Amino acid sequence: VSAPGGHALLLDRGNLKRRNRVNRAIEITSTIAALLAVAVLLLVVGSVLLKGLSALSIHFLTTPTGLFGDTSGGISNAIVGSAIMVGLAALMAIPVGLLVAIYTTEFAGPRFGHAVRFVLDILNGVPTIITGIFVFGLLVEGNKQSGFAASVALAIIMLPIVARTAQEVLTLVPANLKEAAHALGIAHWRSTVRITVPTAAGGLITGALLAVARVAGETAPLILLSSIYGQGVLTEPGEALASIPIFIFQSSESPSPEAHTQAWAAALILIAFVLVLNVVARAFYARSRKRMGA
Amino acid sequence: LEAGALSNPVLRARRNLTDRIGDPLLRGLSGLAAALAVAVIAGIVYEVIHIAWPAISAFGIGFVTTNDWNPVTENFGAAPFLYGTVVTSAIALIFAAPISIAISIYLTELAPSRLRRPVATLVDMLAAIPTVILGLWGILVLGPFMHDTIEPALQSVLGFLPIFSGDPSAFGYLTAAVILTIMVTPIITSVTREVFETVPGDLKEGAYALGATRWEMVREVVLPYSRAGIVGASILGLGRAIGEAIAVAQVIGGATAINRSLFHTGGTMAAQIAAQFQGAPGALQKPSLAYLGLILLVFAVVVNVIARLIVQRGKLKDTDATLTEAEAL
Repeated sequence: VSAPGGHALLLDRGNLKRRNRVNRAIEITSTIAALLAVAVLLLVVGSVLLKGLSALSIHFLTTPTGLFGDTSGGISNAIVGSAIMVGLAALMAIPVGLLVAIYTTEFAGPRFGHAVRFVLDILNGVPTIITGIFVFGLLVEGNKQSGFAASVALAIIMLPIVARTAQEVLTLVPANLKEAAHALGIAHWRSTVRITVPTAAGGLITGALLAVARVAGETAPLILLSSIYGQGVLTEPGEALASIPIFIFQSSESPSPEAHTQAWAAALILIAFVLVLNVVARAFYARSRKRMGA
Repeated sequence: LEAGALSNPVLRARRNLTDRIGDPLLRGLSGLAAALAVAVIAGIVYEVIHIAWPAISAFGIGFVTTNDWNPVTENFGAAPFLYGTVVTSAIALIFAAPISIAISIYLTELAPSRLRRPVATLVDMLAAIPTVILGLWGILVLGPFMHDTIEPALQSVLGFLPIFSGDPSAFGYLTAAVILTIMVTPIITSVTREVFETVPGDLKEGAYALGATRWEMVREVVLPYSRAGIVGASILGLGRAIGEAIAVAQVIGGATAINRSLFHTGGTMAAQIAAQFQGAPGALQKPSLAYLGLILLVFAVVVNVIARLIVQRGKLKDTDATLTEAEAL
């Protein structure tokens, strides 16, 4: 819709003068609001870039964190720990989330499908610190912190994101594809696995990538589940593992400027990972929508 | 479709073994996964109550109104954190909702079409920034700015109000509220923008044809049409603000008492759990933190249910309207 531009016939006076002035004020306010949002993004990303880049080095990326207060180390243990915990979480959440979506779109009646959707939305709204308390009670209490417990919490956070996006794209798969499969006498499970899911693959990958991006920076549950860890690069999920978010959190709470610099550098790694994942996810989504003609 | 194929005995007998196993297997596995999602919600409620039980039986419902958090005497209450949660989230919503509406107006009505998608993507990217990084930025950049510039300015103009009294501080309710505003604005914007895009073009053109200015068109057509979506999106944003633990823990200062000044340090339920749960000493501190978690969980679930219902009702109303329109034709 194009708005009326300059009105040659409408004279700018009396009542219209006031209305045009109000209109102009609102237009300027709206533009400023949009600029403000973009400016805050640039400000945050800019701060991270500016302050993190100076501390970033091969040494920083390949050396484990030093003892408490020692800022000569790096974050190799945190990178490895984050990769293990997020990877395990993805291995749990992506298949389960996809299955939940398949159930609601392929098997469940409209009423039960609606109920599952509602439960997923509620699960998505549960504060992540509460998910942390849940897994703490389930796996850590009476036991010890572990990378595995953290990955279970991250998987629970991922599950509704994966399942909801998968539901959205699975319902976009053209019905005539499924009907053609049925008409050929292909079993339901076979048409689901070989036709419905591959057709929606781009959108499914989008959901999975967004979920990974979301939990890669998740900090709250890790404080409860995997924040007290040993020295060096640990890889055993039965033990508490280091992670980039916990490193940033702990360094940010430290009073030392060197620790702050390290926090900025780690934040740079994390923000680059998350933003790249987001961009890739969007590209997949755009391509898949085009493919399905939506 | 499937039922029809199965009811034919000839077809059924001809179905090969993998199909006879495959169909119930996929149905069973996916049904199990759906049941698991439901079980997780139930498990969360159970575990939080279970861990909180010693505190629930010790303090009862009075926990909610007790303005004390004393690990030495083991007397715990939720009031300071309830206050902090409500104040910071409310301020965040008061800022974020109008800003989000304004951004959405810009993106759907004002921006040149070449700019719409890039600006919308940038606003969405703001939502992707991990909150621990927002918190880091809050500690090292926003906090000092609040202390040196914003808070003295507020005080010089509105210093007579008790909420702007006391010394400016880098950490406190107001800094936390600003961080939450930055967090929830893109979340609210993404929903309001989508709702604004669904406003039928002929309604807008009708308003313009009647001589409305752009703002009058937005006020009379876009906003009423999108009301349910805007309210639902704002409440969803509120839910996110209430539950944010890390960024708030980083910038609110961790005080355990109610303070009237917004400049002062305080605490929220989520931030208090993040700050103290790990390694909480004593028999009652960890249960009390879980009790805070239970209150937080109730808040979050109620807020989410209300938001979904409003958004859904709004959608139903739209389809009803479309149906009646179609019938009229």
